[in-house]
Amino acid sequence: MARTIALLGPQGTTPDVGAVLRDLGITGTVALVRAGYQERESEDAELIKALGVPAKNLTLHARGNDVFKKATEYTAAYQARQQRLRHMQTFYRTRLDGTVDAAKKISVRYVEPELLEQEEKVSVDMFRQMDGDHVERCQAVRAAFDRTWPADHVPSLVAHRREVRALMAGTEALVLAGGHVASLHNRLQMFDILANNGDKPIIAWSAGAMVLTDRIVLFHDYPPYGSDVAQLLEAGAGLVSGFVVLPDPRRRIRLDARTGIQQFARRMAPATCVAMDHGARLILEGGELKYAKAIRLTTAGDAEPEWTGEPSRFSTPYLYGVHV
Amino acid sequence: MNIGDLINGPRTRDSVDAFIAGNTFPMVDGSSCTFVWRGEAEAVHLKHWVFGLPSSQPLLRLDGTNLWHLTLKLPQKSRVEYKLEVVRHGKGEWIQDPLNQFHARDPFGANSVAQGEGYEVPGWIHPDPTAAKGHVDEIWIDSKTFGRRGFGLYIPARFQRSRTYPVVIAHDGHDYMRYASLTTILDNLIDRLEIADVIVVMTSSPDRLHEYPDNEHHAKFITEELVPYVQRLLPISDQPQNRCLMGASFGAVASLSTAMRYPGMYGRLLLQSGSFAFTDIGDRNHRGPIFDPIVAMINRYRAEPTVVAEKIFVSVGMYESLIYENRSLVPVLMSTGMDVRYVEARDGHNWENWRDRLRDGLSWLLPGPFLHVYE
Repeated sequence: MARTIALLGPQGTTPDVGAVLRDLGITGTVALVRAGYQERESEDAELIKALGVPAKNLTLHARGNDVFKKATEYTAAYQARQQRLRHMQTFYRTRLDGTVDAAKKISVRYVEPELLEQEEKVSVDMFRQMDGDHVERCQAVRAAFDRTWPADHVPSLVAHRREVRALMAGTEALVLAGGHVASLHNRLQMFDILANNGDKPIIAWSAGAMVLTDRIVLFHDYPPYGSDVAQLLEAGAGLVSGFVVLPDPRRRIRLDARTGIQQFARRMAPATCVAMDHGARLILEGGELKYAKAIRLTTAGDAEPEWTGEPSRFSTPYLYGVHV
Repeated sequence: MNIGDLINGPRTRDSVDAFIAGNTFPMVDGSSCTFVWRGEAEAVHLKHWVFGLPSSQPLLRLDGTNLWHLTLKLPQKSRVEYKLEVVRHGKGEWIQDPLNQFHARDPFGANSVAQGEGYEVPGWIHPDPTAAKGHVDEIWIDSKTFGRRGFGLYIPARFQRSRTYPVVIAHDGHDYMRYASLTTILDNLIDRLEIADVIVVMTSSPDRLHEYPDNEHHAKFITEELVPYVQRLLPISDQPQNRCLMGASFGAVASLSTAMRYPGMYGRLLLQSGSFAFTDIGDRNHRGPIFDPIVAMINRYRAEPTVVAEKIFVSVGMYESLIYENRSLVPVLMSTGMDVRYVEARDGHNWENWRDRLRDGLSWLLPGPFLHVYE
């Protein structure tokens, strides 16, 4: 059976996740992950009410903390891995800044426009190369950790995984809330949640939606210190392929900044950049997009407000012969 | 009614009353700012600390009235602290502008504030009832270097012993609290996820003019006594990127000099309006002997710049004389490969300038999880 995945925009104070569950015909108990909320993970009463179906909170954040308390050597290695990943993120980010500066300097040189256009493509290519390298290096760090510390060698982790499997066994679907995307990503991996879920439907929003894609992109056009460049965090689970999910665009993206949108969309091509506000929805079955209601950021620099999944009339062929 | 109407119209008591009642002061119109005082005096002067303008400028008496006025150009987004000097019986008295509702406090008292068009007091300096509040403890340390010293310790809301925290050592931290709303700002920025949950050590010196200018005893106290002491009390990260020194004016000098004396120890520096005096030739500086150790330190550093931290945030006011020194230092710091962010504001050497730059500096040096949180 082809798995159904529903990606939603932020839920805020008027959640629409209950309506989506109803549309999908889910009436039984669902497994709920709120690990992105970290210490507030268990404050789930309002959300469960909004779901309109019974829910079992898997409490992955608390379980992770319990593992960290009991398995000291594993914890030290885990923390060292995270520290390494953070350093790598900082260095990658520093390189991105350098490329932004270079692109800016080149763009104001007094040369033929045709050459500048070519150089712009080179700049995008540089970003893409750095993005790819970063994701690959992060994957290598995780793989090395998993080789050294296989989950089945950590008794407290084994015990929690067993409990989580048992909890999920009687559920009809998996619901992933948003929150801290790195924290959520880590806990999903630690407890092997997506594999445990098998082919059951997944309903996810915000950070929860981001972790299901091929690549998790961190972005904010209004950081407190002025400006920032979008950066990849890591590879996501890859259950939703070909999309970059960008939650809460009205607060986080300069939707009228054509050049910025254009560069970003070209950098992420051939993936489709989907900005998801409250009420946005992508429904996929067996990996195929069946329904879309979101803002699409195009390689032409537009933010299409009512994108319904069709190729955009603004789209232009751009990179490597890929039509995006 | 503007000042022109009053100058050109009937100068009666009623018209002056109407003028005063119908305006807020100083009157800002585009880039023009009119200061007004009303009363009997021999002379009235505007006293301010804007580098580049005469520090005392006379207000003119409007003939036939007791109204005094002066119009200056004030660029957009400017913020200028001032007083009025009222001369009576040959003696001048410095007062706050009685017609101006905006005041700024500092350790010497309070000044009136002229806010140029476009300047806005940042929203994040005001207490936010929805933001979780940290708390401040007053702790004492028996220092081998300085004897018994007290310091403030800001602990963020939702503090947990099971986590590790970055630490900021804030020189003149008590003044930052009193005059720059430091604790409110920390509460707000942490709550908004803009800065990391952070522990802040607020130091104060009884003799800052001698302890701060490149004083090895001060650096030793901070690094070998205070930081280890706090580390024993609280779960503080031992990573340089989680240790930040900050300060303004001489406090910025103390921060930089401490980092220079302990390279590799502090990964983050927040330097506001640093008194970074130097000379290009010779070693005499025009600022007085108290600056001599600073001149020697900065001259040495300019000759041979080294890495003293990973990231440095430098801010300074365009209306203070130290802008020359700060502008000159930035490329020297950058030449080492350190990540340097430099911000100028249309403001002076005062606590509210330093307050207004805290969000920019702290969020860049010790960013919170705002980039990672998508709810």
